[in-house]
Amino acid sequence: MREKEYRYASAAHNGLLFLRGVPGVAFGDRVSIRDQRGQKRNGQVILSSDELVMVQILEGTDDLSLDDTWVRFLEAPFEMPLSPDILGRVFNGIGEPRDDRPPIVSRLRRNVNGQPINPIARAYPREFIQTGISAIDGLNSLVRGQKLPIFSGSGLPHNKLAAQIVRQSKLLGEESRFVVVFAAMGVSYADAQFFREDFESNGVLGNVVMFTNLADDPPIERLILPRTAMTAAEYLAFDLDLHVLVVLTDMTYYAEALREVATAKGDVPTRKGYPGYLYSDLAEIYERAGRVRERHGSITMVPVVSMPSDDITHPIPDLTGYITEGQIVLSRELNNQDLYPPVNIPPSLSRLMKDGIGKDDTREDHPRVANQLYAAYAKALEVRNLASIIGPDELPDLDRKYLQFADGFEQRFLAQGMDEDRSIIQTLNIAWELLSLLPGDVLSRVSEADLARYHHWNSNP
Amino acid sequence: MTEPGTVIEINGPLVRARLPGIASGEQVRLGKQKLTGEVIGLDDDRALIQVYESTEMLRPGETVIPLGYPLSVELGPGLLGGIFDGIQRPLTNLREQAGDYIPRGLDVPALERDRPWAFIPNPDLKAGQEIRGGMVLGTVQETASTEHRILTPPGVHGELLELAAAGEYDLKQVIARVHTPLNGIQDLKLFHRWPVRIPRPYQKRDDGVAPLLTGQRILDTFFPLLKGGKGAIPGPFGAGKTMLQQQIARWTNADIVIYVGCGERGNELVDILDSFPELTDPYSGRSLMERTLLVANTSNMPVVAREASIYLGVTLAEYYRDQGHDVVMLADSTSRWAEALREVAGRLGQMPVEEGYPAYLASRLASFYERAGRVETLSGESGSVSLIGAVSPPGGDFSEPVTNHTKDIIQTFWALSKPLADARHYPSVSWTESFSDAVEAAARWWSENVDESWQEKRSLALNLLSRAEELARIINLVGAEALSPIQRWTVEMASLLREGLLQQNALDEVDSYCSPQKQFALLDLMIGLYQQGQALVKADVPVSALLALPLLSRARRSKNLYGNDQLDELHALGEEFRSQLEKLRQEYEEQNS
Repeated sequence: MREKEYRYASAAHNGLLFLRGVPGVAFGDRVSIRDQRGQKRNGQVILSSDELVMVQILEGTDDLSLDDTWVRFLEAPFEMPLSPDILGRVFNGIGEPRDDRPPIVSRLRRNVNGQPINPIARAYPREFIQTGISAIDGLNSLVRGQKLPIFSGSGLPHNKLAAQIVRQSKLLGEESRFVVVFAAMGVSYADAQFFREDFESNGVLGNVVMFTNLADDPPIERLILPRTAMTAAEYLAFDLDLHVLVVLTDMTYYAEALREVATAKGDVPTRKGYPGYLYSDLAEIYERAGRVRERHGSITMVPVVSMPSDDITHPIPDLTGYITEGQIVLSRELNNQDLYPPVNIPPSLSRLMKDGIGKDDTREDHPRVANQLYAAYAKALEVRNLASIIGPDELPDLDRKYLQFADGFEQRFLAQGMDEDRSIIQTLNIAWELLSLLPGDVLSRVSEADLARYHHWNSNP
Repeated sequence: MTEPGTVIEINGPLVRARLPGIASGEQVRLGKQKLTGEVIGLDDDRALIQVYESTEMLRPGETVIPLGYPLSVELGPGLLGGIFDGIQRPLTNLREQAGDYIPRGLDVPALERDRPWAFIPNPDLKAGQEIRGGMVLGTVQETASTEHRILTPPGVHGELLELAAAGEYDLKQVIARVHTPLNGIQDLKLFHRWPVRIPRPYQKRDDGVAPLLTGQRILDTFFPLLKGGKGAIPGPFGAGKTMLQQQIARWTNADIVIYVGCGERGNELVDILDSFPELTDPYSGRSLMERTLLVANTSNMPVVAREASIYLGVTLAEYYRDQGHDVVMLADSTSRWAEALREVAGRLGQMPVEEGYPAYLASRLASFYERAGRVETLSGESGSVSLIGAVSPPGGDFSEPVTNHTKDIIQTFWALSKPLADARHYPSVSWTESFSDAVEAAARWWSENVDESWQEKRSLALNLLSRAEELARIINLVGAEALSPIQRWTVEMASLLREGLLQQNALDEVDSYCSPQKQFALLDLMIGLYQQGQALVKADVPVSALLALPLLSRARRSKNLYGNDQLDELHALGEEFRSQLEKLRQEYEEQNS
């Protein structure tokens, strides 16, 4: 740490503080600021030259006086202290306690920005996680080390779904539970409290690390928060060999904070005013999930992304979808029918599903059944569309069966209780009951052997 | 070499330094951490440097050391089967030295210096002979399936003084000495360097003549790409770009595959690394990894190195082309590369034109794709580089700048469709939006090697699909009942074509790769069924009687039921269909008479 405190701020606006004539300041250095009331603020150097140093202040530059602002350069980047004691604790975005308990004391401190994982050090995720939710397990299976976001919208039950995933997730044939890293950015107190109570009522609070920056906290701190949280997750997974489930909510508020700062810095805006580096910035966070060869632990990530105006092509969900390994999309239409979980099946996807399901992992027919359900539901939605124009009575026989299938699929396969924990076998059996509404010869995605074994028309001629 | 200089300003990956006399494009090392960078602009005695690694904790006043050469790649044996980052650091060695994460400032040579190779000199070369760039000095067996020709570096021209005898040499040893009028005596080794941003020279360009086969029906049969061609795969997320690129990498009939993961997911590269060694190349019968080379600059790795990774990949491709190989380079995704350009341009304060992209986006894209082609190499052989770039348009909107400019440059456009992907119809290549201007050239190859009627049947099939598309609009308004029997048959047959031919399951053992012969047999089977059925409908056989035939369901499944080696069975199936339909026709004739 430099002994010297500087008082040369030449300008302050939009969360940025400018200093002139401070030579040799490191780019990315952490900065400690004392304002005229003696309050401490945190900052980071985002441009450095001998003439000018630009500091981004996490708590913002509101009511800073230029004459009475003291700046100290700490000669170190942002770091998170790490020890097993972080479990059960609540921190702010830069890793300071928020639960009125003492700070973590540890010699182990890591740069919150982490380092890029060497691609060849990664182990390919392939262990099926049973969430007990048919829409996920059956059609968009989650595997250990995957990053699978929930694309949602205002008023949709993404928090309930995320909490249910956290509660029910387990590996088949293994007892080990997940520890949870929960990162809240810009969400309301009520939402954060919902998760806290849910963890508490399940008695898992001691296995949760929470990082919170709520809606009324300074927004720039949100830029550091997910990085601090992922540093904790990496420590738990790869130092302590634990299986970690990370919930990041809500990435949209994170990206909005990024836009706010980018605009203040004068970065060239691209789509909807977001800076051109939004993709790389999001990837730096999301890509920290995964598995590493020869390490026991893993980081599975479920980020929540609310789609502004339910628009999946909005830059935030769009860029997220290009980085994550699939997405679970929620549907307002299904939610309005009071259907839970309102998963919009056609645009939902799990990219890592193919290696985590099938004969040795779930059941031999699973990949083909999932494929067939997708195809049949897509066809059924077309038919439903047509029925709304010409009326269901005008439809040919087969099409009426598709209508039945669509209703059954939504009411019996998708819909389930918030505490209902279905096994993958139950999920697949429901799938076959529904596929049996259709004649075998239109089910070209399943094999003839599948039909002989599971299709009711074959077993009960 | 220029004198060391000092850092003046750090702004993310861009650094200004005082470096009088340095050349634009030269490589430098910055500060105590020895970060690697490249000079991209000069202003009086100040150089603008883009840094390939994070500049965190770099400070003004630190030293900048010029390296004296531009960003270049090491070309020699030991590349195949390897995985490199965007500036050709070998990731396997990096992990051995530095662990699971990539630290900064590590300098590891791309090629192993100590590994011995069995060198066989070119018997046609004698000391005293004149040699020039591109001539083959000798060969080493790089992998069981690939012979690596050791080339005289382009630009070297003079009298061969000495050529090593057959034997084992490593990369440090001299294998030839050349007396050049310009530079005196030059020592040549098993490898040489080449600057990535300069295309490697060749004698002349040739037209493409043979299709680049991929084993994917929608690509080979409907929208072919030639060896030496340029193709693009645009698609929104989740449409299956990566899966399709991996399928091409797996099954293409190229000699060498270079896969550049540019700003994409780390796990996808691991998938290739895990699965390729286990898979066999259908042409050589050897492990696929023996002909594959990976360049990995994943999305979380520094953005400037991502910009370089594309050039690294294409230079490697040109090097194998110069040895007389057919090379295909797959870039996933060129949009991330364009975004890296945009990011640097933005920090330079360059005027944005479209969606923040700089004005030179189109010309950079064009000059990159122009490095594809079938050529006569400097040594007089034929070699080719085919470039296939994935494009990730924001929001799936094909009118955005990268897709749009790419579309103007390439010959084959494989447009992926979100609705098809949502219905799990893979590959989700749209038959209405895709195009290929290589059909004529490909038709000559198909006609000589598979069947003369290929082009005719291909266009019949496309015709059928597009008519069905129109009819679907009618159905959506008034229902299927309003169609005439002939129209009804068209719709049903188009659906058969979609499911039985266009759709192909990459995960199915039988269906993942489809030989050109099987592709044609399936096409022939379905077109035959369509035409014969049409004749029956015209002869007043009710469509419902045709649709009730169990043979339709078998036709739908025949792609999975018959392997590439069961063409006879497929032909027999066609015969059986013909006789069944004939029987049906006779039945109805008897009834009516």
